[in-house]
Amino acid sequence: MVALATPRTLSVTLRVWRQAGPGQPGKFVDYPAKDLSPNMSFLELLDVVNDGLTLQGGEPIAFAHDCREGICGTCSCTINGKPHGPGQGIATCQLYLRTFRDGDVIVVEPFRARAFPVVKDLVTDRTAFDRIQQAGGFITARAGSAPEANALPVPKGDADLAMDAAQCIGCGACVAACKNASAMLFVAAKVSHLGLLPQGQAERDRRVLAMVATMDSLGFGGCSNQYECSAACPKLISHDFIARLNRDYLTASLRATFQPEPAGGGGAG
Amino acid sequence: MATLDSHVPPGPLADKWRRHKADIRLVNPANKRKYEIIVVGAGLAGASAASSLADLGYKVKCFVFHDSPRRAHSIAAQGGINAAKNYQNDGDSVHRLFYDTLKGGDYRSREANVHRLAEVSVNIIDQCVAQGVPFAREYGGLLANRSFGGAQVSRTFYARGQTGQQLLLGAYSALSRTIGAGLVELHPQAEMLDLVIVDGQAKGIIVRDLVTGKISRHAADAVVLATGGYGNVFNLSTYARGSNATAIWRAYKRGACLANPCYTQIHPTCIPVSGDYQSKLTLMSESLRNDGRIWVPRKKEDRLRPPASIAEGDRDYYLERMYPSFGNLCPRDIASRAAKRVCDEGRGVGETGLGVYLDFADAVRRLGEGGVRERYGNLFDIYHEITAESAYTAPMRIFPAVHYTMGGLWVDYNLMSNIPGLFVLGEANFSDHGANRLGASALMQGLADGYFVLPYTIGGYLATQPPGSRPGADGAEFMAAEASVTAMTARLLANKGRQPVSHFHKRLGKILWELCGMARTRAGLEQALRQIPALREEFWADVLVPGSAATFNQSLEQAGRVADFLELGELLCRDALTREESCGGHFREEHQYPDGECKRDDEHFGHVAAWEYQGEGKPPLRNVEPLNYEFIKMSVRNYK
Repeated sequence: MVALATPRTLSVTLRVWRQAGPGQPGKFVDYPAKDLSPNMSFLELLDVVNDGLTLQGGEPIAFAHDCREGICGTCSCTINGKPHGPGQGIATCQLYLRTFRDGDVIVVEPFRARAFPVVKDLVTDRTAFDRIQQAGGFITARAGSAPEANALPVPKGDADLAMDAAQCIGCGACVAACKNASAMLFVAAKVSHLGLLPQGQAERDRRVLAMVATMDSLGFGGCSNQYECSAACPKLISHDFIARLNRDYLTASLRATFQPEPAGGGGAG
Repeated sequence: MATLDSHVPPGPLADKWRRHKADIRLVNPANKRKYEIIVVGAGLAGASAASSLADLGYKVKCFVFHDSPRRAHSIAAQGGINAAKNYQNDGDSVHRLFYDTLKGGDYRSREANVHRLAEVSVNIIDQCVAQGVPFAREYGGLLANRSFGGAQVSRTFYARGQTGQQLLLGAYSALSRTIGAGLVELHPQAEMLDLVIVDGQAKGIIVRDLVTGKISRHAADAVVLATGGYGNVFNLSTYARGSNATAIWRAYKRGACLANPCYTQIHPTCIPVSGDYQSKLTLMSESLRNDGRIWVPRKKEDRLRPPASIAEGDRDYYLERMYPSFGNLCPRDIASRAAKRVCDEGRGVGETGLGVYLDFADAVRRLGEGGVRERYGNLFDIYHEITAESAYTAPMRIFPAVHYTMGGLWVDYNLMSNIPGLFVLGEANFSDHGANRLGASALMQGLADGYFVLPYTIGGYLATQPPGSRPGADGAEFMAAEASVTAMTARLLANKGRQPVSHFHKRLGKILWELCGMARTRAGLEQALRQIPALREEFWADVLVPGSAATFNQSLEQAGRVADFLELGELLCRDALTREESCGGHFREEHQYPDGECKRDDEHFGHVAAWEYQGEGKPPLRNVEPLNYEFIKMSVRNYK
């Protein structure tokens, strides 16, 4: 393979979705950017364009970002039609201009899904994900009540697989990539992470039922097995976890039907 | 003048916390629900505190500027969390973790606090495992450990290179559970812009909704700040772009003392700066120093040669040479200064000359590429994304970068500031790391404070406040605080300047990095103390903040934070100038041993400097809390 000489600088045109607020009409606006270093990150390009807009008396482009190292899950642009842009296994903040060619027009939009309404420009409201977590994405373990950590061995394979799922950064690329705007990869990741561990067994059925019910109620669609979600995922979380989610959901539903939970109730005084 | 009573309980070191817990006043369960507690921030410290307080029965309101509590920057911690479990049978103990942390901090932290931290470290691991944190495990199913800087035992627990993420998601899941159960009221995208003091006690905060711009007042029986460190005062750092000091700085301006602001941590292994546009520096975890070897060419002339062509004998593995017993695993401040020194000698590598090699060739030979990938794969991927180079075949180029701040709001043993009712946790306080934090100790402290310290100590304060005595949020103090917030916003927006906010942040960062970074001098600090006030004046005359107050306005958010940094930066330099010694991350060139090591002055500076605001334009007051070492003898750190 012949190594291509890296150009010293490049110039591109950003075609950016501008929308003043929720429910307002939006449109694409072009912003040329010249003489850029190929080592600049895509978000740094937005910084530079925004400083230019500010100086010209314009309004900077709103975009979500924070850690800029691919772990917080805040950044969320669809670039040239792909959530987080070209490249595999990266978030928007890990995209560098060396990926593009001189003269490229780069189309930048927010993650689009009914459950993620636009707040402004490229920023969307993803609190729906938090609500799914609040419904059941946890193991109830109050501080002070935990047993000795090594009292419960976890086979390395299970722990590693749980970690593969637990890597989810909650960015929502899976939803944006899916034609049904399904959140099943997101839910599957959490259900699998906790369901693979012995600590997660007590609430396993309750968790999957509650998380799926909440997901459905928030306007996310179902999965039709095209796996765009995994392809767009910055952590490359496998769609195999969706199969695991479906299995857990089915078993839990059957158990709930044939062996309903006892009513419980307060203890004797 | 503020009263700084550390409230360290009497008795033998190892008994203090146990006895204190038994002595703290309790709030009865029926009364707990009558108290409202505000928690600002939901990183490791904030999320663990909010959920734990809610589980105890208090009413909790949690405010975060992020769109979700899961995004707090604790998430980015890579390497691990320390705990004195001694699972490796290699001689670890609570005492050894205590001692390593105290020594690592160059004898500038409180003995009793550090000992408590080491004690509860073991509970943290239990708690995290119970929550489902997928720590690395051995084939037998038990927990794995690795080594970290400043220790000769393996006590660091980890989840690949994403330990912070997994611990934060654990704390976030606990917080989510309590939110779902209606025990915590979450306010996302809500930035605290002022602290409200009523009758000398912290009783509320003023908040701006970042989406709508609406300002609101919130009253509580106690306020907990867990808002992180102030390292972004340097502009370029490993912090998230949004990390800021506004909450602690506004609390400082309401009377909370800010302790040891000059103790800043510069992490030795980060990806070097590449250009002026750069917004962020990326850390390469300290865990890499377990298997990577740091070197530069022995001769200046070799610095631009391909590293593979430099013969073994022409390489200087300078940490192994200078610190044979700790080698590449010496503490961060020492490794950073050593890197600076070899670069100052003209032996730095890469185009800018500001870089050293972190080489894995030996590790690849020993473990195979697969073995190295298993340990550090995601870090090598990050390195590749940023530099387009593979660290499996060529050494990484790294350079120190701002990473953590040991200084923070002053707190007593109960984590309460000098303002009654104001508690400060995690990186936002100053208490446990002295002048230098050891690797894998930040996660430990954040979770210790939130899960195992505050839930006990806050009761001691609340028990002195009659239930129902909480003031309303429409009192005069609340209205005045709201008015001052609104006025500052209006002033920023009304300015018709010619420069964006970033212009000033970059210039401030440059001043601090050059004059108050890895090496500090009297002349340099005096220069910084002239430049920063001038820059601040220029900011207020010439900053241009677009948009309006009543919308989602990221420029406005940033403007307020940079305005605070422009004040805090000055205090940082003032503290560095006043501390006429070198200790940990604070290195004054005037105070060093002939071999370049830190020369402390325990007689004159064996104390905490806690700065107290005196009003605009007036020099702040320097209060002192002596550090009385009852159990350990302050000595010269030796890692040789």
